[in-house]
Amino acid sequence: MTRTRGFVLAGLLVALLLGGIVSYYASTQPDGLNKVAADQGIPGAAGHASDGSPVAGYATKGVDDRRLSKGIAVTSGVLVCFALGGALTWSVRRRNAGSAESPTDAATGAR
Amino acid sequence: MHIPDGFVDAQVSLAFGAVAVGGVALCLRGARNELDERTAPMAGLTAAFIFAVQALNFPVAAGTSGHLLGGALAAILVGPWTGALCVTVVLMVQGLFFADGGLSALGLNVTNMALTTALVGWLTFRAVRFVAPRTKAGVVAASFVAALLSVPAAALMFVLEFALGGTADVSIGAVFTAMVGVHVLIGLGEAFITAFTVASVLAVRPDLVYGARDLIPALQIRTAAPRQEAR
Repeated sequence: MTRTRGFVLAGLLVALLLGGIVSYYASTQPDGLNKVAADQGIPGAAGHASDGSPVAGYATKGVDDRRLSKGIAVTSGVLVCFALGGALTWSVRRRNAGSAESPTDAATGAR
Repeated sequence: MHIPDGFVDAQVSLAFGAVAVGGVALCLRGARNELDERTAPMAGLTAAFIFAVQALNFPVAAGTSGHLLGGALAAILVGPWTGALCVTVVLMVQGLFFADGGLSALGLNVTNMALTTALVGWLTFRAVRFVAPRTKAGVVAASFVAALLSVPAAALMFVLEFALGGTADVSIGAVFTAMVGVHVLIGLGEAFITAFTVASVLAVRPDLVYGARDLIPALQIRTAAPRQEAR
C-alpha cells in the first residue's frame, strides 16, 4: 500500500514536471483537427463560454511571463484532474473487496 | 482533436451528448469491478498524466501538430471502463476551465476522445495480446498497436459527426481524407508515447498495469525463487 502511494506521488511529480515545464516547449501549431478545419474552410465559433476562466487558453490571467503563465495553468489543471479523477473513481470503487487488508490499512494509516 | 463550438450543429451535438451520457453511465457501472482502494489513486494519476501530456503538442507535418488522446493508454493502465472515465474528467476540466473544446461539443468530444479511444484501444490491445507472446514485450507491442489505431478511430468518429451535422458546406470526402491522413501520423506519436509509458510502469510496477495482470503470477514465482540456491 505504501509502495503504491509512493508510485502515485512519483507519477504525479512526473506529470507536474511535464505539464509545468516541458509544455512550454510544445508545438504551438494548430492540431490535426483545427488544421483540417482551416484548410477545408470550416468556421468555428469566435469565442468560448469559458474565456473568462483564470486559466483560459492554458494561460494564467495576470501573469505576464509566458513561461510562468503556461506553467501555472497546466500545473493547476494536472492537480485538478488528479483530484477529480481520484475522487470520482474512489467514490465508485468496490467496497469490502479487500476486507482482509482493510483493518491493516486503517491501523498503519496507509491508504 | 478538441472540437470547438460551431463545427457541428445543435441537434447532432445534442444527440452525441446523449451518447456520451449513456456511455459514461455504463463506464461508471463497469468501473466498479476495476477499482478498489489501490487502483482509484492510480486512476487519479492517469487522469493527471493524460492532462499533462495532452499539453505536449508534437509537430507532425508542415504547420500541424498533434497530442496524445490517452484513451488507449488509460484503458491499458487502469481498465477500459475506468480509462474512459479518466479521459472524460480531463475533457471536462479542459472545456470548463481552459476553454479547450466547445462546451456544446462536449458530448462529441467525450464520444470521440474518451469512449471511442478507450473502446477501440482496449479491443485492439486484447486482440494483439491474444496472438502476442505472454511477456512484457508482448504487452508493450499490443499497447503500441492499440494506441496507433485509436487515433484514426476517433478521427473517423468526427467525420461521421460532421457528415451528420456539419455546419459548413464542404466535401465530406475531402474532410475524411484529410482527417484520416493527418491522424494516422498523430497515431504514430500516440503509439510511441503509450508504449513508452506502459513499458516504464511495467519496469517498476507491473502489478499496477491492468492490461498485464495475467503476467503477475509468473513474475511472483520467479522472484520468490531463492537466488542463492539457484546458482
